[in-house]
Amino acid sequence: MNWQWFHRLGSPRWFYEKTDAWVPWLIIFAWGLLLTGTIWGLGFAPMDAKQKDSYRILYVHAPVAFISMACYYLMAIAGAIGLIWKMKLPYMVMKSAAPIGFAFTVIVLATGSIWGRPTWGTWWEWDGRMTSYLVLSFLYLGVIALQNAFQSRDTADKASAILALVGTVNIPIIYKSVDWWYTLHQPATLKLVGKSTIHVSMLYPLFTMIAGFYVFFTLVLILFTRTEILRRESKTQWVKDLAAGNARKEEVAQ
Amino acid sequence: MHPVRKQRLIFVIAGVIATSIAIGLVVYAMRENINLFYPPSKIAAGDVPHNRMIRGGGCVKPGSVVRSKENLDINFILTDGVAEVPVKFSGILPDLFAEGEAAVVNGKIDDKGMFNADQVLAKHDENYTPPEVASMKDGNDHKNDQVICKGMNYGA
Repeated sequence: MNWQWFHRLGSPRWFYEKTDAWVPWLIIFAWGLLLTGTIWGLGFAPMDAKQKDSYRILYVHAPVAFISMACYYLMAIAGAIGLIWKMKLPYMVMKSAAPIGFAFTVIVLATGSIWGRPTWGTWWEWDGRMTSYLVLSFLYLGVIALQNAFQSRDTADKASAILALVGTVNIPIIYKSVDWWYTLHQPATLKLVGKSTIHVSMLYPLFTMIAGFYVFFTLVLILFTRTEILRRESKTQWVKDLAAGNARKEEVAQ
Repeated sequence: MHPVRKQRLIFVIAGVIATSIAIGLVVYAMRENINLFYPPSKIAAGDVPHNRMIRGGGCVKPGSVVRSKENLDINFILTDGVAEVPVKFSGILPDLFAEGEAAVVNGKIDDKGMFNADQVLAKHDENYTPPEVASMKDGNDHKNDQVICKGMNYGA
């Protein structure tokens, strides 16, 4: 098998130049979808028979929760590619994914808590779902900490990749925790197999929000990775040329 | 694929599988402790220590809720379709507490088998339904849902 295409894909410069054109589109789609989903979910979707209006926090909580877990896999796979192929770009993606994933877990824990107080009657309970999800948050923190704990860039990347890979075992645990154990958190509403137990009038705005948050996540990940590329490649000729080109443009503008 | 990379790939995959098995076994060994609460059948069978803080959980049996007229005292029965546990509580209940819905109670079981709860939590199910659809359902065979709380996991 010819692996050349794969190596070309791993070039930071190729990524930087390619994504340049994507950013404005991603911004438009993220704004469009999130705005539509928010207005639809908060203003037009019917209220829930039991929870009344408080269920609407689901439109942020659930999509962000899905993506925080998908982001972890992305981070771990990027780390694995970095370990195996010794490519630069995957490590940059891995490093960029960690703070985004952590921010998402904080949002999920906060919105869950705010919803839990009126619904369950408690801000926090040490059940299987909540505890394993808190561990996910700490795993992201661990990767961020390891990135900053080493003098050598290479050692930091390898150490964080190993932690990220070991942590992947937590994702199926989070997902299945509500089925394996007695928990306070309810089982999944959107099911991979079988019928979802949410009325369609509430489901479509949820899909819009999921799509919107995925686009938003992609956008932020690309922006973080681009910054990381410039930081790590600052000594290369193409980045110097880019900086010189930008400086010239500014001069002309002035 | 370059043999060195292939070796590293195998090494990474083996590492992930090995740690997953290790953590999986630890979690499996602790499965009883990870459960947030005891189901009524376990409490009724005497598998649960008396006079110690524990959590019980189950369905609030329809028709079993008795509220005091003078104070906040409330009595109800938790069931999982197999056994029943009487619960006594004094305080404010969460909004979603209702007959036929699941609840988690935190407290001690006395020697008479009465669960004296310090805290009552409502356990919400995974169904999201608009009010009009929910009331339509009530006309049909919705009553069966109430006998054993749907959305409460009894498989563990």
